[in-house]
Amino acid sequence: MLRSAGRAVPLLPALILLAIFLVGPVLASFYGSFTDSALTGSAAQGSHFIGFANYIQLFQNPDFFKSVWLTIVFLIGSAVIGQNVAGLVLGLLMERGDRVMRSIVGTFVVTAWVLPEIVAAFAAYAFFHDKGTLNEILGAVGLHGPNWLYSLPMLAVILANIWRGTAFSMLVYTAALSEVPTDVTESAQIDGAGGWQRLGLITLPLIRRSISTNLMLTTLQTLSVFTLIFVMTGGGPGTNSSTLPILAYQQAFKFSELGLGTAIATILLVVGALFSIVYLRALKPEVD
Amino acid sequence: MAMTSPSRRHLRWTSNGILGLVGIAFALPLVWLVVASFDDHANLTLQWPRHFSLVNFEAVLTPDLAYVPLWNSMMISLGCAVITVAVAVLAAYPLSRYKLRINKPFLYGVLFGTCLPITAMMVPVYSLFVSLNLIDSEPGVVVFMAATSLPMAIWMMKNFMDSVPIVLEEAAWADGASMFTTLWRVVVPLMRPGIAVVFVFVFVQAWGNFFVPFILLLSPEKFPAAVSIFAFFGQYGSVMYGQLAAFSLVYSIPALALYVFTSRVLGGGSALAGAVKG
Repeated sequence: MLRSAGRAVPLLPALILLAIFLVGPVLASFYGSFTDSALTGSAAQGSHFIGFANYIQLFQNPDFFKSVWLTIVFLIGSAVIGQNVAGLVLGLLMERGDRVMRSIVGTFVVTAWVLPEIVAAFAAYAFFHDKGTLNEILGAVGLHGPNWLYSLPMLAVILANIWRGTAFSMLVYTAALSEVPTDVTESAQIDGAGGWQRLGLITLPLIRRSISTNLMLTTLQTLSVFTLIFVMTGGGPGTNSSTLPILAYQQAFKFSELGLGTAIATILLVVGALFSIVYLRALKPEVD
Repeated sequence: MAMTSPSRRHLRWTSNGILGLVGIAFALPLVWLVVASFDDHANLTLQWPRHFSLVNFEAVLTPDLAYVPLWNSMMISLGCAVITVAVAVLAAYPLSRYKLRINKPFLYGVLFGTCLPITAMMVPVYSLFVSLNLIDSEPGVVVFMAATSLPMAIWMMKNFMDSVPIVLEEAAWADGASMFTTLWRVVVPLMRPGIAVVFVFVFVQAWGNFFVPFILLLSPEKFPAAVSIFAFFGQYGSVMYGQLAAFSLVYSIPALALYVFTSRVLGGGSALAGAVKG
């Protein structure tokens, strides 16, 4: 018993850091969402337990439900459909394309992903701006592009997040596809299966584990996207692109409603935790 | 290879065509960044500069605008990577070598931690930092970022350590070496590439992090480059796109270079993929 306690000593620094800076804020978030704490004014001095008042106020706020809806649209549009489909398609095309083409396209896709997030956000801002590259190109072929960031902010941030994040899915799917044995697909081809049949009946079922892993991971990553939206639209115009992380920031720091911001953060943490539990249970990583 | 069927060749050209279009779409925003930084009359549209010039870089590469923020970024990222790697190596050793009762719950906790949306935590973290009197403290930011990158680092480090054979350590133990001596003298030298991958991984993440220092730091002279670029954008962004692009480019180069270094030299691309696969 004593020996095993001694052997656990090297875990201590990690345990302390994780307890203070990860577990601490999570617990503080749960507690804070039941208090009237604020950044300024009398409530900043001492906060009081106010029960579910923050949550009730939140659920009566139409912006909150709008924000939940925008978050779901953002998750499905840019992660579940966008990055996954784009990543899979790129993986499949890369298997068939030329080597040179593969490395050039791969470099651009990965660069968008490796770039610091603030820089990626500026590049996307310039691209989708009313006077940006996209509208210039549309104008060159005779189309009048809309003011993307103002009239279609969600579409702009969804496309930007696909641009930013597809590399991850592409890398996961390229690795998965390279492990699909060629003799299986070839014998199916000899038996007369067409390209789409081979894809739907053989390739996709064989990589289903990678697909479910990737769906969970991209969803979790997308749930915490802040900088991209913050720089491109600031959550606006109005609250037309305020996903939950943006709304939590605005409530806490712009309107000094720390309690409300904390309640939104708590809801996000619970949603993230539920996703993680589903993910860990479904994949049962070997922990021994 | 001489006899490729027409349909296969057709497929290949279609694939190349679509790949090319996707490549252009992904490249355009990046090309704007590079071209605008060399254009003294840059605007938001991708356009060929009338004459290439370095005025944007000259204007931006001053102590106040670029060097101090880049230095701050360097200090924060280095501090974060050093702390994370040291703590992760220590933690990985008992997880990899001993069968302790705490191992399983700890590793599940760590995996769970890798999934937590850190962005969602920033409001409560801000309150925590206010109560600890750590707002506007660079060491506070460093330690917090180290803590958030620990779960992934511990997980990767344990996997690397698992692949180091235990035979050499048994010899060291037989000679009466303590646990820490064995770890430092035998295990760490054998897993240098793995440690380098984790170090670069943590460093690049800290280098690119905008939200954490944006929330926790207040004084402009403490801002890392990510935050000062954002402040620059707020002040002059609507006019000086060329300078903004030049600053962004200078700031991005370390991250890009380190990525290339890990994937080419250390084979870290596959190592990262392995860590992600679990």
